[in-house]
Amino acid sequence: MNTEVLAPVLEGVPGKRRLHLPYMVRKLIGLGITLLAVIAFNFLLFRVLPGDPVRLYARSGHLSAQQAEQLRVLLGLNHPVWEQFLIYLRSLAHGNLGFSYTYHEPVSTIVGERMVNTLILLGAATILVVGVGVLLGVMAAARRGTKFDSNTVVGSLVLWSMPTFWVGLLFVFAFGVWLNILPTNGISTPGAVYTNPLQAFADVASHLILPTITLALVDIGQFVLVTRSSLIDVFTEDFMTTAKAKGMSQRRLVWKHGTRNALLPVVTASALYIGLIVGGAIQVETVFSWPGMGELTYEAVNRRDYPVLEACFLIFAITVILANFVSDLLYRRLDPRVREA
Amino acid sequence: MAATLLGEEATRTDVAWVRILKELWRDRSGRAGIIILLVVAIMAVFGPILFPFNPDKIGTTASSILQSPSAEHWLGTDELGRDIFAQFLLGARISLLVGITATLIAMIVGSVIGLISGFAAGFTDVVLMRVTDFFLVLPTIPLVIVLAAIFGTNLAVIILVIGLTAWPPIARIVRSQVLSLRERQFVTRVHSMGSSSTRIIGVHILPNVAPLIFANAVLVVAGCILAEATLAFLGLGDPTQISWGSMLHFAFVSGAVGRGAWWYFLTPGLGIVVVVLGFTLAGNSLDRILNPRLRERR
Repeated sequence: MNTEVLAPVLEGVPGKRRLHLPYMVRKLIGLGITLLAVIAFNFLLFRVLPGDPVRLYARSGHLSAQQAEQLRVLLGLNHPVWEQFLIYLRSLAHGNLGFSYTYHEPVSTIVGERMVNTLILLGAATILVVGVGVLLGVMAAARRGTKFDSNTVVGSLVLWSMPTFWVGLLFVFAFGVWLNILPTNGISTPGAVYTNPLQAFADVASHLILPTITLALVDIGQFVLVTRSSLIDVFTEDFMTTAKAKGMSQRRLVWKHGTRNALLPVVTASALYIGLIVGGAIQVETVFSWPGMGELTYEAVNRRDYPVLEACFLIFAITVILANFVSDLLYRRLDPRVREA
Repeated sequence: MAATLLGEEATRTDVAWVRILKELWRDRSGRAGIIILLVVAIMAVFGPILFPFNPDKIGTTASSILQSPSAEHWLGTDELGRDIFAQFLLGARISLLVGITATLIAMIVGSVIGLISGFAAGFTDVVLMRVTDFFLVLPTIPLVIVLAAIFGTNLAVIILVIGLTAWPPIARIVRSQVLSLRERQFVTRVHSMGSSSTRIIGVHILPNVAPLIFANAVLVVAGCILAEATLAFLGLGDPTQISWGSMLHFAFVSGAVGRGAWWYFLTPGLGIVVVVLGFTLAGNSLDRILNPRLRERR
């Protein structure tokens, strides 16, 4: 997201007195507008655009006029659209995400545990992506022009070109079917009885290995390339030449002076990464039957369970928007030049 | 005459395109990209003519399904006993078709919004960029999934859905280019000579932005192909068309992976990787050649 979200709106209007709100207030107003926009977008997408919601809900054309009218009242469709939107907002505020067609349960109950499972997967993958990605990127930049450097760049591009779900299929085949050394299905062994919590943890951890590596592998390439190119930029700065002239060791030069300054674009890239990894999670969870939000999305798509799909999209979108917001604030904290802007 | 009057920046653009192609060929990754894309294009155009796929010719015996590669079936058979090699060739067409047409849509929408935003400035600019940023933060894959699930899964809808989610980066790039071009001497000069805004955009701005739009569009194609494959894999592909993504979908749901039928899921995936890599290599190379900011560093 752009850093000065509302500033032009509040300050650029000619003839009006300029408003000087504190930075955080402006940022929060911008965030609020974006969140409201995404909720409205979601509302319109599922309620107003796709033909007749009553038909969609009943999933058949065989409805008498009276039944259709009853459904219309039941679903609140007899109100004008803006009133429906207010009702929607109010129920969202109460944590009501609708009622699933296929689970016959409130969507909020279904979503709860699955969000935790997805967070576990995303967290593990992110640690791997940032750690390995930055490390390889720095190493490649420090050895610019060598065989190692060109191999890392080509390798990253190849990784970037791979569909996440296909990497997952390859892993299922290689480690699950062929070597048969790692579990490829679900979050724990079905019907397993654990004697202590450590055993349960080990079981979940072994189920986590392949999905995590699959999810991380595709996005590592991007982090490698961003870190590498950012560090190469920093190497051309005058202070790096000075440090070198002072006789600083190569290791200290690269890690202390170079990497610290090169990390800013990496923070920007991580905002982009959050949007990507959510898409990756849907694919990985589908392939490995990991019981998270991604697998729920896949199921909702195939059963055309629109309330569930709607909730999944809303949760994904809000998560990505909030993560972008945090990365924006982080960027500002890290770079003193924009802090005062 | 005009060139001296307007400054040296207003060079003939057709000459520039030839120069760009030559530089692209001289660059190692650019040449690799071009060769990959040429091979895939030839395969997509002529492959299905030489090896036609007959979807009705299904296997009738138990031994004819999920056959491993043989002289008769070079890449084995699928869960219905149909030839995978012929499907693979046909799948290349859908991948390229969706990737390129979706990118054209994204290019047009992105360029129009970027041009208007950069040229109009003020309130219009603020509103358009707010909208662009909004679509930029929305996670693409979930958005594409939701749109395809709502609006249906025929090829035209899929192309539209992917194209209409891929435009924001192009709009951003075009806008920033327009902003910098607008202040250049040759533009301010033709403006003072009485040229209209539409003429300035059409004759002076657009030809100068076009190469950069093109470089980014080549990269967007890679993303669109991946998006199509993902949709098809999740069961949101056009059921009447065979694509690499839909082949992987059927390999997955029919349990071919569990039965070790590597010939079924290996080749379509490799096809996607190679095509996406081809567009990425060519796009990156073009970007290096055309992006003045990256040029200086070399």
